[in-house]
Amino acid sequence: MTSMTRARRAARSAERNRDLSLLVAVLLALLGAALTVVYFMALQAGAAPRLADLAYERLPGTGVQNPVTAVLLNYRAYDTLMELAVLLAALLGIWSLGPAAPGFQRSGAVLAGMVSWVVPLLIVTGGYLLWVGGYAPGGAFQAGALLGAAGVIVRLAGDPRAGLPGEAAQRWLLVAGVLVFTLVGLGLMVFGAGFLTYPPKIAKWLILAIEMAATVAIGVALAAAYVGGRPPGPQARPTAEDEDALSATEPAAENTPAPSP
Amino acid sequence: MLTAQFLYGGAGLVLFALGLWSFLVHEPLLRKIIALNITGAGVFHVLIAIAYRGDVAPPDPVPHALVLTGIVVAVSATALALMLGARLQDAEEEDRRR
Repeated sequence: MTSMTRARRAARSAERNRDLSLLVAVLLALLGAALTVVYFMALQAGAAPRLADLAYERLPGTGVQNPVTAVLLNYRAYDTLMELAVLLAALLGIWSLGPAAPGFQRSGAVLAGMVSWVVPLLIVTGGYLLWVGGYAPGGAFQAGALLGAAGVIVRLAGDPRAGLPGEAAQRWLLVAGVLVFTLVGLGLMVFGAGFLTYPPKIAKWLILAIEMAATVAIGVALAAAYVGGRPPGPQARPTAEDEDALSATEPAAENTPAPSP
Repeated sequence: MLTAQFLYGGAGLVLFALGLWSFLVHEPLLRKIIALNITGAGVFHVLIAIAYRGDVAPPDPVPHALVLTGIVVAVSATALALMLGARLQDAEEEDRRR
């Protein structure tokens, strides 16, 4: 008897849920239609005054030729600094939730061979994207994403730490972005410019230094987020064979991509 | 090229509405996280469409930079949310076993 009433109650609540989700769908369709009308009218009205003209006008003094990089690292450098801090905070949250799950089993010869091809290629491409960001689409975030992808591949191939160094070294690499960014800003204040107000003559090199540190920090943060917990310590590496395999993959993944002109 | 711009931004609005619908209607946490990411992708679509300034003028770099910032924040938030979800599931399974 009770099971019957329970089943009936469940059926009724499912029905109510269906009605509710229908209502949500109708309301969201109305919202979508309203937004589309507003968007269409905005397009019809034509271009209002924009920041774009100002951004292009001031581009020669920013030290870079790519306007997006200029926005990210010169006009709105504060914002990018905070963005790196968000990434760092998210990773601290992940680490605080406990140790990482053990990794995947060590890959076979074919996958390992592919990884040893793809990972260096990703790192070189990351270095290229970092350098090219000065005058074409590219930059620290794209390069960092590639380094993070390299870390993901290394972890999938069986390295429990995604090719990253030990926890102490990881901490330094993770804060590198925020640290260099803040130090450059404070250094400029010491020399009389505002916080993160680059003098046009050395702007390019300051931005490059910040972007290099940011690339490493972003790449390490993304790979460490994929590991998903505090990095496995020395106890987690029991055999000498593991140790060898790890140190064989490490230099490739932690190398800072040096930009080449 | 107004049509292309409208279609691109309109596709973003559709993604936004679909993501929001899925986020509100479906119960599993993983689906909610994916739905929220689709919502974000819709917003990025609209921002990229807004940045277009015709065939002659180069696109507006400011919305492009906003999208780049948004992607990084979305990835960070998603990673943290996935981790929290996994821990929540572990805790629930532990409760059930007791």
